[in-house]
This record gives sequence, structure tokens and C-alpha cells, in this order.
Amino acid sequence: MHELGITQSLVEIAERAARDQGAQRVLTLTVEIGELAGVVPDAVMFCFEACSRGTLLEGSQLQIRHIPGLAHCAGCDTKVSIEPMTIACPVCGSFALERRQGEELRLLELEIE
Amino acid sequence: MCTDCGCAPAQHEHRHDSGSVRTLRIEEDLLAKNDRLAAANRAHFAAHGLLTLNLVSSPGSGKTTLLERTLTDLQKRIGFAVLEGDQQTSNDAEMTAATGVPAHQINTGAGCHLDAHMVGHGVEHFDLDKIDILLIENVGNLVCPAAFDLGEDAKVAVLSVTEGEDKPVKYPQMFRAASLMIINKIDLLPYLDFDMAKCRTYARQVNPDLEILELSCRSGEGLDAWYAWLENALAKKRPA
Repeated sequence: MHELGITQSLVEIAERAARDQGAQRVLTLTVEIGELAGVVPDAVMFCFEACSRGTLLEGSQLQIRHIPGLAHCAGCDTKVSIEPMTIACPVCGSFALERRQGEELRLLELEIE
Repeated sequence: MCTDCGCAPAQHEHRHDSGSVRTLRIEEDLLAKNDRLAAANRAHFAAHGLLTLNLVSSPGSGKTTLLERTLTDLQKRIGFAVLEGDQQTSNDAEMTAATGVPAHQINTGAGCHLDAHMVGHGVEHFDLDKIDILLIENVGNLVCPAAFDLGEDAKVAVLSVTEGEDKPVKYPQMFRAASLMIINKIDLLPYLDFDMAKCRTYARQVNPDLEILELSCRSGEGLDAWYAWLENALAKKRPA
């Protein structure tokens, strides 16, 4: 459940940014979570309600954008879709996969009032 | 007290001068704070010429015994300090301290991993100028600690032969993040169906650069190679 700590930092970052702008409350947050980031989006959703209570984020809507996993395979020189537990290239079977996308874990934007 | 990490109570000012809805672009990494503190730890450790290792594994792989044995055998030549992470109890720190090496226990409570903030404060208990190698024994968990940089030079993943050879492919994130894998308790191999060759193959599939050592803290087999690995890693931190 490291999602709890990650959600706490999400709330911390968002609240600081909102406060800096003199916001009274946050309406929505858009977060990017890559499929390879090792973070379960549903668990973040679950923690968010508890973590946002008593902050400017209370009652706000958390929108999660899922970023699919992509890697470059040095074996067959192709860009391939991968999942968190993929260890071999789905095309040629080589293990020389270099992750190119899917490890994102970022707060993108806030809608504030 | 803590000016680096801002853990002093936040000042809650409220401004009520805005009514309209606006969109703010943030683009901040959610692990940015941990990464920032980890970078500060790394710089702090480097300033003292410390080699720092983050030991990760499942519960019961033998990390604490490996530490005890290592400290007992090497402490005359190398200055150590140990940070122990567990949800609860100070048993591990007490065991480690019994070897005479400074040890401090961090209890994570509900937390499933150590983070850079805990480690930054944990080392305040040590005189870093008297230390060559800082060993951090993470919470026994092969999932969560993979995401949290502590400022270490390397992660060392400990896997015991009683766990099954497929751990590296079951928990690829951790074995990908590690620099060294220690296969522990090899004195038990005659009693188990553990397939060593398969384990090494799985580990290299996940992480082609992973170094692998086999050892037993009970029989002592393979410990010399581990000690040589430590001395070599320390020498790299302190070029002559």
C-alpha cells in the first residue's frame, strides 16, 4: 500500500499549488499514472478521499489518465506494447527491452476556484 | 528543526480573494519530494565518503542474519552503521547493536517501505565521519520499496532458496532496480527443489546487468565473495 504515501504527496503538492494561487478550493485534479509505475490507480482513488479530507481538495474530483506501457526492443528494433510483468519482447522474445513510456506518476493540472 | 525537508508544521494561511474557476498547470512528479530528499541524502553521504546500500527482500530471507554475520566478520576493518526498517519492534536493531555496531531502528507503523525522509532523519543518530558503510535494511517487502529512492548507492536484493527460483520474474520491478542479488541459505539446497540455474536465468532476463552471489550465513560458504564485493564497492566510492 505505498499508494497511501503517494496519495499524501499528491494532496500536499496540489494543496500547496492551490494555496499559492489564493484558491478557496480545488474542483478537479488530473493525474497521470503509467501502467508500469507500480502504482494501482484504484488504490490511489481509494486513498484520495481519506487524504483530502480537511484540505482544499476535500470533495474534489480526481481524474486519472492511464498511460500505456511502451518499450523499444533492441532485439528486433521495434516499439512494442508491454505490461508491468512483461519481461520478454512479445514480437521476438528478446529480453533486451528498454522502457520508453508508462512509468509516469505526475500531477498534471488542477482546476481551482 | 528540520529546514531541509519542511517537516515542521505547515502554516495554514487562507486567502479568500478569488471566485472564478481557473486551471493550473502543475506537471509535478508525485515522487518529486522523495526524490529531492533522496538526492540530498546522496549528497550528504557522498560528502562523508560513505557507501550506502539498501537491502531489500521478502520477510524471512535472512537479511538480519546476513547483516549480523557481515558486521561480526568485518567491523574491525570497516566502520559500519545500520538503519533497520520494520513495521514494529526494535528487535532487529537490538540484534544488530549486539555486534557493537551503531544501529538505529525506524518503525514505519502502517507504512510498507522506508522513504528518503525517514532515512535522512535516521542517520542523525550516527557520527558519519566514523562510518565507511551505511547499511539500510528495508521493510521486508518486494513491492513497495522498489519505488522509493533512499539516496543509496545500490539496492541489494536478498533471496533465500526456500522462496522459490521464480521470485525475480514474480517481482520484476525490485530485481530490475537492484544492482546485486544475493541468493541466501544455500546450505539448504540439498533439501529443496530450488533450481539455481533457472533462478539466475530469470534474474538476468529481468535485469541483464544484475550481479549475483550465492552464499550461506550458516556455513559461511560464499561470504568471502560478498565481503570482496563490499570492499570493492567501497573502494570505488573512495578513489585513491
